[in-house]
Amino acid sequence: MAAVLWVSTRKGLLRWEQRGSTWELAQTSFLGQNVTLALPDPRDGAIYAALNLGHFGVKLHRSRDDGATWGELAVPVYPEGEQLVTGDGKPPVPANLKMIWELEAGAASQPGRLWCGTLPGGLFRSDDSGASWQLMRGLWDHPDRVKWFGGGYDTPGIHSICVDPRNPRRIQVGVSCGGAWTSDDDGATWRCTAAGMFAEYMPPELRGEPSIQDPHRLVQCPAAPDALWVQHHNGVFRSTDGAESWHEVPNVPPSVFGFAVAVHPRDPNTAWFVPAIKDETRVPVGGRLVVARTHDSGATFAELTNGLPGQNCFDLVYRHALDVDASGECLAMGSTTGNLWITADGGEHWNQLSSNLPPVHAVRFG
Amino acid sequence: MPKVTLTSHLIHQAGLENFPQALSISGTTVRQTVDALCEQYPRLRGYLLDDQGALRQHVAAFVNGHVVRDKTTLAQPVGDDDELSLFQALSGG
Repeated sequence: MAAVLWVSTRKGLLRWEQRGSTWELAQTSFLGQNVTLALPDPRDGAIYAALNLGHFGVKLHRSRDDGATWGELAVPVYPEGEQLVTGDGKPPVPANLKMIWELEAGAASQPGRLWCGTLPGGLFRSDDSGASWQLMRGLWDHPDRVKWFGGGYDTPGIHSICVDPRNPRRIQVGVSCGGAWTSDDDGATWRCTAAGMFAEYMPPELRGEPSIQDPHRLVQCPAAPDALWVQHHNGVFRSTDGAESWHEVPNVPPSVFGFAVAVHPRDPNTAWFVPAIKDETRVPVGGRLVVARTHDSGATFAELTNGLPGQNCFDLVYRHALDVDASGECLAMGSTTGNLWITADGGEHWNQLSSNLPPVHAVRFG
Repeated sequence: MPKVTLTSHLIHQAGLENFPQALSISGTTVRQTVDALCEQYPRLRGYLLDDQGALRQHVAAFVNGHVVRDKTTLAQPVGDDDELSLFQALSGG
């Protein structure tokens, strides 16, 4: 069976297939619609696609035939009367689903289980393959949740969900801006696990407050689940103790700012980042697109540029727009300016698949 | 009963290709009429209303060509001879 890459864009969901040594666009679903992410479920081959329709809200669809046909599913709904209270002084507003920002499958032993992270900050669980959803009240009602606030969006949001392969009752999530959180009981109770991260966008006395941190993306090494990486608004952080503590990785070239991070599926010391200039401009440093890769836990980095634009480049790679496959050698990334690249050698050489796509929100092998 | 018409974009998005050009639905307020419509076509609810039951920000309702201004309670009365139009609000150019 051919390798497949799902590319979620502002104007549809694109299915790319590997044919020999090349990749080809094989199928477009939801043409013209804003597809924010897709999840190929490794347990049963289903494909889930999250849409954000400008007029009619957030939708979720599933295909059981590799994207040939789709059926609409329920979306998570915030219970009647729920209010969104944030820590940045905005007045409370009714809690409404704004976006499905993360979708992950449960373990092989949990058929039908899906986890869904949303804007404005609710985590939902389905145990029937998306037919119904349950708000994880333990996190939503946690007293520190009202400290959260929006980063890139007006509201806080859950963009990263890691299901521990050793124990699928252990769930870890990343929140912008709300830190990293861990549950050991299927999402019933939660604790903030962001100690060591720091926030330069806060007053000094709140700099180290765990529940206002802005991890842009949190990833976990499947073969060594206690090893986690975070691309944070203010730097890169790594944990080797299951998120109990985090230490800064300060020397990512050419900058420590970015959105995306991918970790090698078997080597927790290998990770990739796509740096950019922070707050003021959000473009590649010096107009030159770079993937930064470490093989030694962040002690040293290589700047990978072969096949990437070396000048006059405005591409930004969002948090879900970099993915690594199960081999650890093949990576794909898509940009806000509609470029799509793939590498078969860990990033040493990048091949541009297209420069004419809509803005790319997410890429996912599967 | 008031008559309800939907924008073709909404009919297409919600997969209601057989929706009639105008449908008579019982109700004495916009809320009652929208609720009855959604009971008959459950898929419409998530397209018209947000999680808290308000008309979506980018959905516009008109009664006899006059915009419904209270999109939260939808308490505006409608009569048997009225026409309720549910449109997409223009946005994004």
